[in-house]
Amino acid sequence: MNRRESLKTLGIGAVATGLLVEVGCKPGTQKATDDKSTATGKEGPADPSRLPNEVARDKKLAAEKFFNDQEIATITVLVDIIIPKDEKSGSASDAKVPEFIEFIVNDMPEHQTPLRGGLRWLDLQCLNRYNATFKEATSAQQIEMVTMIAYPKKAKPEMAQGVAFFSRLRDLTATGFFTSEMGVKDIGYVGNSPTKWTGVPADVLKAHGFDTVWG
Amino acid sequence: MSDLQIKKSSTVYDAVIVGSGAGGGMAGYVLAHAGLKVLMLEAGPFFDPQKNSSQLKFPWESPRRGASTYTRNFGDFDAAFGGWQLEGEPYTTKNGTDFQWFRSRMLGGRTNHWGRISLRMGPHDFKPTDGLTEAWPITYDDVKPFYDKIDRMIGVFGTVEGLENEPDGIFLPPPAPRLNEIYIKKGAIKAGVTTISGRGSVLTEALPDNKERGACFFCGQCGRSCKIYGDFSSSSCLVIPALKTGNLTLITNAMVREVLTDNEGLATGVSYINKDDMQEYQVKGKIVILGASAGESARLLLNSKSTKHPGGLANSSGVVGKYLHDSTGSGAGGWLPQLMDRKRYNEDGVGSVHIYSPWWLGKKKLDFPRGYHIEYGGGLHMPGYGFMDGIEGMNGRVPGRDGKMKDAGGFGAGLKDDYRRFYGVGFGMAGRGTAIAREDNYCEIDPEVVDKYGIPVLRFHYKWASEEIQQAKHMQDTFQEIMHNMGAIANPPEGPETNYGLQAPGVIIHEVGTVRMGDDPKKSALNKYCQAHDCNNLFVVDAAPFVQQGDKNATWTILALSMRTSEYILAQRKKLNV
Repeated sequence: MNRRESLKTLGIGAVATGLLVEVGCKPGTQKATDDKSTATGKEGPADPSRLPNEVARDKKLAAEKFFNDQEIATITVLVDIIIPKDEKSGSASDAKVPEFIEFIVNDMPEHQTPLRGGLRWLDLQCLNRYNATFKEATSAQQIEMVTMIAYPKKAKPEMAQGVAFFSRLRDLTATGFFTSEMGVKDIGYVGNSPTKWTGVPADVLKAHGFDTVWG
Repeated sequence: MSDLQIKKSSTVYDAVIVGSGAGGGMAGYVLAHAGLKVLMLEAGPFFDPQKNSSQLKFPWESPRRGASTYTRNFGDFDAAFGGWQLEGEPYTTKNGTDFQWFRSRMLGGRTNHWGRISLRMGPHDFKPTDGLTEAWPITYDDVKPFYDKIDRMIGVFGTVEGLENEPDGIFLPPPAPRLNEIYIKKGAIKAGVTTISGRGSVLTEALPDNKERGACFFCGQCGRSCKIYGDFSSSSCLVIPALKTGNLTLITNAMVREVLTDNEGLATGVSYINKDDMQEYQVKGKIVILGASAGESARLLLNSKSTKHPGGLANSSGVVGKYLHDSTGSGAGGWLPQLMDRKRYNEDGVGSVHIYSPWWLGKKKLDFPRGYHIEYGGGLHMPGYGFMDGIEGMNGRVPGRDGKMKDAGGFGAGLKDDYRRFYGVGFGMAGRGTAIAREDNYCEIDPEVVDKYGIPVLRFHYKWASEEIQQAKHMQDTFQEIMHNMGAIANPPEGPETNYGLQAPGVIIHEVGTVRMGDDPKKSALNKYCQAHDCNNLFVVDAAPFVQQGDKNATWTILALSMRTSEYILAQRKKLNV
């Protein structure tokens, strides 16, 4: 199988092949990707890499709803506090992180009680402090509350449950965001496309004090 | 099921092979190319990496972003159809011991997702001199010609090093290390730990004279299996080519129940259940070759009882199932502050190891008898589920952009920036060591439990001993020293409360030894050609014949021994002995 045949097998067309010649010295040339996101359970052509029971299970999971509207709205506020929009990319909710979290708690039920209970813990804290749920509290109050649970080493002992909840949500938000198309672009992952690996680029080697690609 | 009956085929094949992984696949390849009429039975569905691989999918193409599931234990994109537990196919353990058994049910078996680490066993692995375990009935020199042929036929990258017990092969160029791995290499060498290029069955260059397989294009996704056959899977490199000869007949979804024998005690074929129609079948062969995996081949033999073979087929010695051993495994990880804010480039590399440390202490007197090797990895990998989990354990340990220490954890723009700063700083290392083959570590037929096909299942009895635990302690001490030398921030070491991170038996998926070979029929089930002492038209070609595994991953040796056995079969047929 020569290179042209390999690329054909991979389903990479002539345009991308042209890019490939340069890809070794231009790591930024990533092949364009179609939006084939399955996160929302969209129907598409049968995927030959999946077993029928997997396809059926994913479809069922995508249709399930664990969180109620109030809960998902609170999650949306929280994930955007964790990862807001900035000059480089959008916010967590722009990257559909709440939808990812809804899917993942159905896929991994071990997240369900800590998240549901954590949201209720948070609302009770806010009701006592601000006479409003987290979602209804002012932005300043939300930030004040989050600040109390976002720093494990600094948080007061009575905030420990909130810290555990927030750390879990921070992890899920990071996964949801940086595995989205927007997040992958933001983090600067430029692989997953045919190349010729010849070792760490010379300027990087030099910056780290190494003489050759073998160190 | 009043219409249940056994359907008997009148065709007599030259050989019936059970299993399509490295061992069965190689036997099928050699025998079909030699013109024999071969029938291969595989318990799972057909699998062709070209059509069925998840290669080049991005994380968002999985609703769980590549996380593992009950059916994909190594992540949503991994190639394996199977896992630690299979629906309706249980296994049990005995006396509170633990054993984890990974089974792939698919054409090519576990070679579709494996790490492609392709190491030869060395002269001392075949003939240990410490008297602790039995020597093999063969030497490295007996196997070397087959290792050589496999290197040429399948392809393996590496470097010629001239190390005494790490025989060199015929190598394709190795992939250079990733940035993290250069740091690891420097740190390891400073600790006195020999660290060299990895050895993996990935085509870093096109394989001469092979038009079916493409050269690696460095996506680092061998675990998903390769659409252009740029790495070794038994499906892509052995069985599919063997089918093209026209001499191999493949039946998938065929779960073999037992090996059939005649009044003389010779094998006549096998019986199996077809998972598609749930009917019972019998097929005939002049010889029967088992390549179902160390566990399944032992299970088949023990379930094949007859008046000639009352203790199970090929088991007059009573050793079938005994001497089960998996590699030891213990790992560590950490991160390199020097790599923060690193420049981005495509660092996917190959889906095998770029560097590793072969056992570097030779026969040095230590408080454990046998050695281990270390596999390393780290780089700018594709984000997936769990991406940068536990950032609060990292971002409070180094100064921020303004030079001031930050509070660990956080949220908002500062946190988002931290994720970017810390991307690609992590690395991991994993020891893989020799575990002692012991009579008392075994699998047997559970007297009470059957699977959904009514086939009695395996029951495991396996315990680690001080030989393995002390070795794991040495691994942990070595990892800490290497990470210190690297200037890394290391995750806390594993201590005695976890047996130094020693994984449960079976977890490393290198289980071998259950139908061991030997010259003495009282102490072994197979002769030095993997032919049953008690039944000369029965052969075993997976990892079951291993007498004692070295720290080397088993696949390259399975391939070499299966090729050797297959050539022996061809020679014996010419002499009309089988």
